[in-house]
Amino acid sequence: MIRLFANANYDFIKWRRWAYGLTAAIIIPGFALFLVRGLNYSIEFTGGTLIQVQTAEPVGPERIRSALDAAGIRDAEIQQFGAANEYVIRARLGRADAVVEGSTETTAAAVDSALARALGPSPDHYKVLRTEAVGPKVGRELQGKAFLAIFFSFIVTLVYLAIRFEWRFGLAAVLATAHDILSTIAFIRYLDLEVSLVVVGAVLTMVGYSLNDTIIIFDRVRENLRKFRRQNLYEILNLSINETLPRSVLTHGTTMATTVALVLLAGEVLRPFALVMTFAIFTGTFSSIYIAAPLLMYIEKRWPGEDARGARALRPAGSVPLTPPPSSGGSEARSKAAV
Amino acid sequence: MRTIRSRLIAIGGLLVLAVWQLIPTNVTQRVRDPATGRMKDTTIRRVPINLGLDLQGGIHLALEVDQSKGPVPDCADAIQRAEKVVRTRIDEFGTSEPVVQIQGRCRLIVELAGEKDPARAKSIIQRTAFLEFRITDMKNLFRDALPEIDKALRRAGVTVAGQGAAAASVTQLFGTDTGKAKGKAPKGKAPKGKAAAKDTTDLNAPGALSSLLFQGQLPGEYLVPEEQVPVAESLLARPDVQRLIPRGIELRWGTEVLSRAGRSYRTLYAGEDRPIITGEYLQDAKATRDPLTNQSVVNFVLSRRGGRIFERETGRHVNDYMAIILDGRVQGQPPVIKSQIGQRGQIELGAKPLQDAQDLALVLKAGALPAPLTIIEERTIGPSLGQDSIRDGIRAGVVGVALVVLIMVGYYRLSGVLSVAALALYVVFTLAGLAGFGFTLTLPGLAGLVLSVGIAVDANVLIFERIREELQHGKLVRTAVDEGFKHAMSAIIDSNVSTALTAFILYLVGTGPVQGFAITLIIGIAASMITAIFVVRTFYMIWLDRRPDMATLSV
Repeated sequence: MIRLFANANYDFIKWRRWAYGLTAAIIIPGFALFLVRGLNYSIEFTGGTLIQVQTAEPVGPERIRSALDAAGIRDAEIQQFGAANEYVIRARLGRADAVVEGSTETTAAAVDSALARALGPSPDHYKVLRTEAVGPKVGRELQGKAFLAIFFSFIVTLVYLAIRFEWRFGLAAVLATAHDILSTIAFIRYLDLEVSLVVVGAVLTMVGYSLNDTIIIFDRVRENLRKFRRQNLYEILNLSINETLPRSVLTHGTTMATTVALVLLAGEVLRPFALVMTFAIFTGTFSSIYIAAPLLMYIEKRWPGEDARGARALRPAGSVPLTPPPSSGGSEARSKAAV
Repeated sequence: MRTIRSRLIAIGGLLVLAVWQLIPTNVTQRVRDPATGRMKDTTIRRVPINLGLDLQGGIHLALEVDQSKGPVPDCADAIQRAEKVVRTRIDEFGTSEPVVQIQGRCRLIVELAGEKDPARAKSIIQRTAFLEFRITDMKNLFRDALPEIDKALRRAGVTVAGQGAAAASVTQLFGTDTGKAKGKAPKGKAPKGKAAAKDTTDLNAPGALSSLLFQGQLPGEYLVPEEQVPVAESLLARPDVQRLIPRGIELRWGTEVLSRAGRSYRTLYAGEDRPIITGEYLQDAKATRDPLTNQSVVNFVLSRRGGRIFERETGRHVNDYMAIILDGRVQGQPPVIKSQIGQRGQIELGAKPLQDAQDLALVLKAGALPAPLTIIEERTIGPSLGQDSIRDGIRAGVVGVALVVLIMVGYYRLSGVLSVAALALYVVFTLAGLAGFGFTLTLPGLAGLVLSVGIAVDANVLIFERIREELQHGKLVRTAVDEGFKHAMSAIIDSNVSTALTAFILYLVGTGPVQGFAITLIIGIAASMITAIFVVRTFYMIWLDRRPDMATLSV
């Protein structure tokens, strides 16, 4: 029988400051880059025209660029997409020279005729596989909707966790999820992935997945709080993380198997989605252990109370403190000694 | 034993239900005949899962009322008119099941799966609506010309045998192509004079055309069996037939499909080729229910000039029937003109529901106040791209699932096999859920399905890990299994519900493909809870039942 991390007893929480440093090192530069350069939004959000073409031979982006230049479409982005003879042409709104006459669909027609002139007539020399033409209004609406979706999912999660656990757990879980969103934005910025609606969907799925992971650990914390009434929260968190470790490894393994398969095999359109999901597994796991759990400890210290639905309501007066003593060099050692 | 049996029955029932949803069924699709360019019905067998435009290729258009040439005061009303107009043109699209729906307050979504020519589709949608009133063929000129037309068709070598499946079977049955077909159709079914008229003029007439037409309730109205409509259309389009249609008469198909004695009929109207009035003179139309008679009525108002024209024309046509034609299609049953009508008129719909009156008012207004549409979003996906996406998606899915199976069986041994069996059920249930509720599988949905397989085993992992823990604490196998399921439950429920809530929000806020993803995720979560908890539990029960003395569990 294979057993991974059975009876593991790692002091995860001890390394939390290193973990903060690591995640800050990832998020801060990525987020700074995001603030300066923004994200590479798909035309669904910016409005504009996207045309995916397949040419008979790999003509190279330069040839397409010159064809478009001749037609007066100068600001379009041209990108090889998947196969060597497939290209995506994007003409975003707001770049004066990219769009013909302000209308996104006339731009599509203009690109089509420009290609026909440069490469030869359509079915034999090139094929238009996909066009998208999005007006400015739709793009603006979508931006608002994406924001609303993330916002509402936070609220709903907070409420659900407050009902099922306790508001302190809910707050810790939601803050951990906020961390995941920030780190995912940094990840998207580093890889310069195109943010389409499907990628926003991936971010929301990540929210669900990461929450899921946090809840599994918190569920164990809730249970252990009731079971081991004399241990402090620091130890209970470590214990719960260790106990759920085999599950985490297995589930993340199976999920990773599917996302990696999607990254490698599912084609160019789904690749950003699959990449974000793969990253989500890392950040979700990381934040459940290193953000949610220490945050719960911090929140518990800041607002002490009847934790975990009265799990300790019967705690005798003057019992062991719930959290380790104020953080200084040897706090972990001392809290351990307290048991 | 009893509980095992009832559990197995429940699982079996679910499985039968799921497989039932997925059995390929005959689906009638309207496709464009490559030879003639006309639409025809074909029946194909396929698994009844709707594929999104991104998987089967097609055109997605979002339209709004064009406000660039001045604001439109009530855009919700205008978009309803536009929807009505686009619906009447549905047959012009080269696609099987066009989706025309109003989104939000004043946006129209048109989805044309399989359509390849966006320019043509857009021109059909954006064409200005044309409304006209025409008097039907009160003198039955067309009916009287039918024998001549049949004769001409026979001369041209068009026989009933070549026309349609029903007629062909008749001729085969009797070994002759005359007499029987005619005897079958008009005598058997047509209630009124047409059959008699035909019989007296030409005894030998096979009636290539007339055998397809049954006299309707009012002059100039004919019923054509739904399945014969393409045949009738192609016959009527022939130049030799066109030449014989009496001067001053034009044929127009109706929008209504009537069912009589279990068969569906389409209406065909013979009417004057000149409208008595057109939509440009119409100013407003409103549907109400007459409080005295409790009848649905549509009140309409014409312009001053229109009133004068209408007064003159209706005065001439009292007791005649007036077809209301929008974009060449007769809308509803033509009402009779009871008396001379001026600037204000009323169409009585009798006991029909108010909805019908509202529809008719919408038709009138659509012709009176055209709602020009502007395209705010357009997506065209070529069919080859969709096929590539399906192929790649399935390939990724197969590899991903194979890896999951490998991990589960490798790590949990026999228990892993149980979870894999449950996973197979999970996939069947999820697909059946998509088919059964009529949801659409999109490309992100496909990704969601693959992803959810990885997540679906989570519940089993939680349970198995719990069982291992309990076994480690020295519990007996049976107790360990029971406790394992019990303790894992709260984690499974809390984590799945919170994921489902996020997916639900995604569904509410998202559009098209993203909604497809959210739906797939939600169905997947439901199916995974059923299989991981209920099905695997049942497998364990059977297993423990067979081996009550089992000391070690393969987990």
